[in-house]
Amino acid sequence: MSDWYRDFANSGVGTTITRQLGLPRPAVLRRYEPGQPLLPGPAVVGSAGAGRLGNRLTALLRDAGVAVQSLGAADVEDGERPAAVLLDATGLTGPGDLAGVHAFLAPAVKRLRRSGRVLVLGDPPTGAESPAQAAARQALDGLVRSVAKELRDGSTANLLLVPARTEESLAGPVRFFLSGRSAYVDGQQVTLSGAAGDVAQDELRPLAGTVAVVTGAARGIGAAIARTLHRDGAVVVVVDLPSAGDHLAEVANGVRGTALQLDISREDAGQRIIDHAVQRHGRLDIVVHNAGITRDKLLVNMDPARWESVIGVNIAAQLRINETLLASEHFRTTPRIVSVASTSGIAGNRGQTNYAASKGGVMGMVRATAPLLGAHGGSINAVAPGFIETEMTARMPFATREVARRLNSLQQGGQPTDVAEAIAFLASDAAGGISGEVLRVCGQNLVGA
Amino acid sequence: MAVQTRRAAIVGGNRIPFARSNSRYARASNQDMLTATLDGLVARFGLQGAQVGEVVAGAVLKHARDFNLTRESVLGSRLSASTPAYDVQQACGTGLEAAVLVANKIALGQVESGIAGGVDTTSDAPMAINEDMRRALLAVNSAKTVQQRLKALAGIRPGQFLPEVPRNSEPRTGLSMGEHAAITAAEWEIGRAEQDELAVASHRNLAAAYDRGFFDDLVTPYLGLSRDENLRPDSSLEKVATLKPVFGKGDGATMTAGNSTPLTDGASAVLLGSDEWAASKGLPVLAHLVDAQTAAVDYVHGGEGLLMAPVHAVPVLLARNGLTLQDFDLYEVHEAFASTVLATLKAWEDAAYCKDTLGLDAPLGPVDRSKLNVNGSSLAAGHPFAATGGRIVATLAKLLHEAGPGKRGLISICAAGGQGVVAILES
Repeated sequence: MSDWYRDFANSGVGTTITRQLGLPRPAVLRRYEPGQPLLPGPAVVGSAGAGRLGNRLTALLRDAGVAVQSLGAADVEDGERPAAVLLDATGLTGPGDLAGVHAFLAPAVKRLRRSGRVLVLGDPPTGAESPAQAAARQALDGLVRSVAKELRDGSTANLLLVPARTEESLAGPVRFFLSGRSAYVDGQQVTLSGAAGDVAQDELRPLAGTVAVVTGAARGIGAAIARTLHRDGAVVVVVDLPSAGDHLAEVANGVRGTALQLDISREDAGQRIIDHAVQRHGRLDIVVHNAGITRDKLLVNMDPARWESVIGVNIAAQLRINETLLASEHFRTTPRIVSVASTSGIAGNRGQTNYAASKGGVMGMVRATAPLLGAHGGSINAVAPGFIETEMTARMPFATREVARRLNSLQQGGQPTDVAEAIAFLASDAAGGISGEVLRVCGQNLVGA
Repeated sequence: MAVQTRRAAIVGGNRIPFARSNSRYARASNQDMLTATLDGLVARFGLQGAQVGEVVAGAVLKHARDFNLTRESVLGSRLSASTPAYDVQQACGTGLEAAVLVANKIALGQVESGIAGGVDTTSDAPMAINEDMRRALLAVNSAKTVQQRLKALAGIRPGQFLPEVPRNSEPRTGLSMGEHAAITAAEWEIGRAEQDELAVASHRNLAAAYDRGFFDDLVTPYLGLSRDENLRPDSSLEKVATLKPVFGKGDGATMTAGNSTPLTDGASAVLLGSDEWAASKGLPVLAHLVDAQTAAVDYVHGGEGLLMAPVHAVPVLLARNGLTLQDFDLYEVHEAFASTVLATLKAWEDAAYCKDTLGLDAPLGPVDRSKLNVNGSSLAAGHPFAATGGRIVATLAKLLHEAGPGKRGLISICAAGGQGVVAILES
């Protein structure tokens, strides 16, 4: 649905009024469109301490057609303003080195363009050689989240943790964070865990040659996921309840895929998904668990039926389907699973004990399943959407919706495509180095950060 | 040209749930419903932009604007606009006849694939101006001068404004189909209780099939309906026994709203192709259409019941295929009325009738009732005339596929005008 306030705040008179009154000023975000350059301007690359990624970053940016500015250029007033600021912080040895982080970021971020990107690359604190080094590495987390909250005009800041021996998989995630695909991903941290990532040969169709299944695809976020995977080159099988079949058929026809009317909580759902994909399209590479339901009630008023249906559809069904997938010989070549979790599962939400439990369960499942898929060179991750503009959120009371929309660093709700872009990325080989992660697409939701 | 034939494969089907007349689909036209049904089929089998050999469908109740109904529906669908189409109309046999026509062209190698379908609305039915008014207006239209035109207009009388409402009756007897069926029911002494039993079984079987997900890949919801509106899962003998007869006369009347199909709106479509075509597209083959037969009876002067033609068609079909009536794993006998099904079965068991009327040496014998309409039929689903054939073909093909290879099913559909279409499917 439309965000009337964002449109107003970006109009001529709206700009004046919102500035003078100090009201939120949600920006029109830079979103990905096929064929657009990775960044609308140059990038600045710097480092704090003796980092090991600087040269690699510069090279991969140039490969992607991005002009890389020299370290000093960022604070030259008449230079071209950067569209991205990248900091290699893998050289931190202790808190004293953080001064270098500040010294680089402050002038560079000051000159950042609208819808700019700040991306900090660090090491995970767990592998530190000393408490001082662990402190400095952990410090990056608080620092990047705070930068994200200070940025305006649709700019974002994120932290990418690059443990030793995962550097080879760096290019895909870096491109994702700089691109319009990550428009609504802000203040987040992603840890690489493998070296398998590879950027696509065909940039316009990174999923070419793959067959993807999307559950809950009849409307909203699921339909957007189907369209995005199709745009990226996948053959898409869309799944939803038989009672949603008319909307599902529309989505299937829109993406030139096939519709599979199926209740995913049926015992044989996994096998039916595999059979359909393999018989009709010859293979199965990607499964997106998007189907989910809400049956909200306060815990004390919740009847067993509400509890069981939410747990049954949102987590039990995914687990059962994954078991079937993992046992199938048809899901063996870099298989990828992406589940839709929710920020409710992280921060909790009043009236959603069942839903939050199920979505928390999804995140647990993803972490524990990662090694099983890793055995076949595959990956599993979750995306946790925050406030997304869908038919469901459009039904919220006006005031509640307006407040919920603004309670994030980007001061607006996300679009279904924002979630879909993150999922399409995680379903691609470009994200091969990422598994067992939960990526929030929430505009840095202020609740439960 | 080499005349080598092959069996046409039934790949799958799609239909919209059937709605009761003047209900959910009251504002949907034949073209709306047929287009939606084709689009659902396209979505199920990934046929977006595809050119199939031919789309054959029809409707029994047609508006003047529906003259090219199937082609117009194809143009509005996601199929390739270069897919040819034509209309057929054989009353309630339309849907099955359409499937037979497509299968025959596939068998002859004239097309590799095709879609057979049917649609009907009793809600958005054509309503014509009455015959007197039509003639008066034609006269106005053909008038050459203003004077002639005024004269022609002056001839119009108030009574001519009464519209002509379509009736579900036989033009040659003036009797409704239900009244005809009631005559047959009385002749064959079909009792009320057995009709009610058949009706209740139809509802229960259809509901159970929905519950086990059988229709998940056969039905696509439409306008808020995801199951057949006429379906009463909680139907019981006690309840239907309380209904008053609506067809037939006097104490002997047995046919009620419960054991007769109601007027219904809906559409169905079946995808057929050669085995090679299906394999090349990664599509399943549920069953093959083996053979079909039509028959017609003289219900006006010949003393045969209006809906008894399938009784005549089946023995011809069996003889040609070297089969007996018992050589089938499943039977689909269209439930126009419960009494029609029961009279049909009774006739095949009746030695005198089979000898004298059908000219057979021996009766065809009984049909195992546990193999009859196992997922319900028209009494529960409803019967949008031309859409019933497609519903039955897709349902039976899937049932035979589930039962495994080499299973055989018989379809029998009666139609207005004293006609009948029957066919054999085999998995």
